[in-house]
Amino acid sequence: MQSEARTLGDVAAGVAPAAIENRTGIGRRADSLFGLLTLVSGSLVLIVLGFMVVSTTNTALPIFSSEGLSFVTSSNWNPADGNYGILAFIYGTLVTSIIALVIAIPVSLGIALYVVEAAPRWVRGPITYAVDLLAAVPSVVYGLWGVFVLLPLFLQPAAALLSEYLGFIPLFAGPPSGLSYFGAGVVLAIMVIPIISSLSREVIRTVPDADRYAAYALGATRWEMIRGAVIPRSRAGIVGAVMLGLGRALGETIAVALLVGSATRIDPSVVRPGYSMAAVIANQFQEASGDHIRALVGVGVVLFAITILVNMAARLMVWRMVER
Amino acid sequence: MTPPPFAAPASTALPNSAQAPDLTPQVGEYGVPQPSAAEPVFTIRDLSVYYGGNVALKEVSLDIMPREITAIIGPSGCGKSTFIRCLNRMNDLIPGATVTGDVFYHGQNIYAPEVDPVAVRRRIGMVFQRPNPFPKSVYDNVAFGPRINGFKGDLDELVENSLRAAALWDEVKDKLKKSALNLSGGQQQRLCIARAIAVEPDVILMDEPASALDPVATVRIEDLMQELKKQYSIIIVTHNMQQAARVSERTAFLYTEVDEETSSRWGILVEHGETGLIFTRPKDKRTEDYVSGRFG
Amino acid sequence: MGRSPSPGESAGAKVSDINSARPAGRRLWTNRLASAAMLGAVLLAMIPVGLILSYIFAKGMAAMSWEFLSEPTPFSFRRAEGGFLNGLIGTGIMVGLATLVSVPLGILAAIYLQEYGRGLLANLIRFFSDVMTGVPSVFVGLFVYTAFVLPFGFGAVMGAAALAIIMLPIVVRTTEEMLKLVPLELQHGSFALGASKFQTIIRVVLPSALPGITTGVLLAVARAAGETAPLILTALGSLTITTKLIGEPISALPLLIFDGARNPFAAGQERAWAGALELLALVLIFTLLARIVASRSKISS
Ligand SMILES: Nc1ncnc2c1ncn2[C@@H]1O[C@H](COP(=O)(O)OP(=O)(O)O)[C@@H](O)[C@H]1O
Ligand SMILES: [Mg+2]
Repeated sequence: MQSEARTLGDVAAGVAPAAIENRTGIGRRADSLFGLLTLVSGSLVLIVLGFMVVSTTNTALPIFSSEGLSFVTSSNWNPADGNYGILAFIYGTLVTSIIALVIAIPVSLGIALYVVEAAPRWVRGPITYAVDLLAAVPSVVYGLWGVFVLLPLFLQPAAALLSEYLGFIPLFAGPPSGLSYFGAGVVLAIMVIPIISSLSREVIRTVPDADRYAAYALGATRWEMIRGAVIPRSRAGIVGAVMLGLGRALGETIAVALLVGSATRIDPSVVRPGYSMAAVIANQFQEASGDHIRALVGVGVVLFAITILVNMAARLMVWRMVER
Repeated sequence: MTPPPFAAPASTALPNSAQAPDLTPQVGEYGVPQPSAAEPVFTIRDLSVYYGGNVALKEVSLDIMPREITAIIGPSGCGKSTFIRCLNRMNDLIPGATVTGDVFYHGQNIYAPEVDPVAVRRRIGMVFQRPNPFPKSVYDNVAFGPRINGFKGDLDELVENSLRAAALWDEVKDKLKKSALNLSGGQQQRLCIARAIAVEPDVILMDEPASALDPVATVRIEDLMQELKKQYSIIIVTHNMQQAARVSERTAFLYTEVDEETSSRWGILVEHGETGLIFTRPKDKRTEDYVSGRFG
Repeated sequence: MGRSPSPGESAGAKVSDINSARPAGRRLWTNRLASAAMLGAVLLAMIPVGLILSYIFAKGMAAMSWEFLSEPTPFSFRRAEGGFLNGLIGTGIMVGLATLVSVPLGILAAIYLQEYGRGLLANLIRFFSDVMTGVPSVFVGLFVYTAFVLPFGFGAVMGAAALAIIMLPIVVRTTEEMLKLVPLELQHGSFALGASKFQTIIRVVLPSALPGITTGVLLAVARAAGETAPLILTALGSLTITTKLIGEPISALPLLIFDGARNPFAAGQERAWAGALELLALVLIFTLLARIVASRSKISS
């Protein structure tokens, strides 16, 4: 151990131990350079987001200024004549997303509550696994499956039944089509169920057991315990989960493009074909040119604005929940 | 355990490893400081620490002598950890912590603006309350410090010598490539000591190094410190007065002062001196109460 | 948690006083109905899981062949020959490029958030990375189109840019979560040995968080491999094999499946099913790998 012997020798000889020597320039500079590098990378998120808004808005600007407010208030979309009103697409995006949520919310909450509160231990893993599997399936695969399997097997018969028995309500008036708001909504529901159920599951898990025991101790049944203790505690988080699912549904493109029926007008019946903002971009982009493309970019800007608002609201809600 | 090659047989002036570690110190068992012709390692003047504007440690002035063990004792929360972290600028890493006053290390103020805290820590090592080996192999843990410091030499030899110096070599020489997380708590703590030794520091700071260990492992650490003080200046924080009495030559007693009106509290240095004197003839009433166990 | 039997189920109590307190009538039936509804929801959700997996496997396997895996797409959808090799290569190139760009940047950004960033800027970055994960992927495609395709043309680099933007926030947020889990004591141990912040992050923090980061990256790769909409606007698609990075449209598996799903000819549809099987297999392999890495790291720590 030469080094230690040296240290000992130094002491014996009364030599003061080495003073603190600063690192050479390189070591110190590497530190601040690395810090700077991470700062730049971090800021990139903000820069890219800002650049996205500017670049797309800039491209769509001629259409925004020529169409004015009627861009979003008119449903007359006719690229051949230079008419670009996107209300029908906004309507379709909202309607398909609402249908998706109407189906997905009860199913997702049922799954989440079952897995956390009711399921025997041994089925929890497999259920969670199977539902998470749905989340991994790419949307184009959903679209393909939706068109060739779900459409003849379920969507067409279901649309026919709806219009046959509820057709007196304008919402379900025929002639029915499987390729419709309804058809797109059902596939969207399947796509957002894993999102909403897995997030709600995590939220419900955070409810302290003490709350559950308190409810049981008062003689509550399991359902009364869930209603009285679990739901109130996790409400904000569940709302956030639903909003994130909504954000996904609003922006989903390919599955909707294949199933919504591609009709560029507003139809009050959900079993009739329609369109959505994302779907019109995907379907018409390849044939578009000039102003038509600018208008499609404009559709994207409006879609972006809507989803960003929904997402920010959802994040704020989840954040508030986590902070408490 | 075979003693490391350069080590003398376990010191007989100290409690034997086989004995229960909680024996009450007897007069004459305290370490005896060297005649202090030597220059102090640390000269601490008016050292205060604030956490987010609240004072946690107030105006501590103290000299720490080389090649000795200095114990810092005091009740929980009085600022012992805060104090020892000042000596290698670990407080720089705590957001909101500010340090005022001066800490001279061999006459050099380590809080001077031109001093690089990273360089400070290369001279002044630290062992923590809970063993914190890296999730790497035993070998890589010890080699970590030399490697980052650009050590050019026989790394195998340095690792072996450091492990021997930490009295761990015989237990781990066959599992150098195994994860350090597989070692027992006491072995992990000695590994952390070996890791600190491997960068060849001048001072080793220990913040309650045995508080997470069982009595047998504690005794081994204490024995090890007796060996290490031949080459290093050691400062150990402990809330265990027997431990302070057993291992140290000098003791500093910190205590919590409370402002009755604002009920804010901070640590002060009550007194310091030879361990034997602090434990048998303290000058301050509060020290006497504390060492005689009135504060638990 | 809710495992203890609810009062309604704890039958067999002998004392009649206790039995008389059993929930009865409406309360009992509401409870049973609720349990049935929860189970019903699970069973309902299992239907699409079963239908998707079985159909993709059955129809995909029926159309799967060595030719499908090793040949590019024919120029006519009617022709029952060829395969999706052009798409597989395109997906590989674009996802690979996107990973190369987004992973280092994402990890650095996460390091900034966890180790350097304090205050407003860090919170803004954190918040907008969250928000960015929710930006519709078709909009990302539009952005790359307006910013890069208009001046430089369609190509692999454009598709990769869109995929990288989609992956970036996922990598940032999962990496940050993993860095958070690295105990502060480990960092302090490193600093106390005279390591600089840079050395501590590179040699202690990142290695400790590596399994978790790998999981996040694998999930981001799986997500990117399945993206279709942004590629329509940036890679455009092509029926021939190309490895050019710029200036020439390139295909991807999802693009070819989308085309197959939209066209009326049986041969094209069959290729789409085989493509769906191929893509799903790829995505599930990455997802499965992510799970394995994640569970491994839990055991070791
Ligand atoms: N990182 C920190 N931030 C804020 N306050 C702290 C921090 N560390 C310690 N303190 C406060 O400083 C005081 C002294 O703490 P500490 O030095 O850990 O005491 P000891 O080690 O003697 O138990 C305590 O009141 C504690 O709450
Ligand atoms: Mg302490």
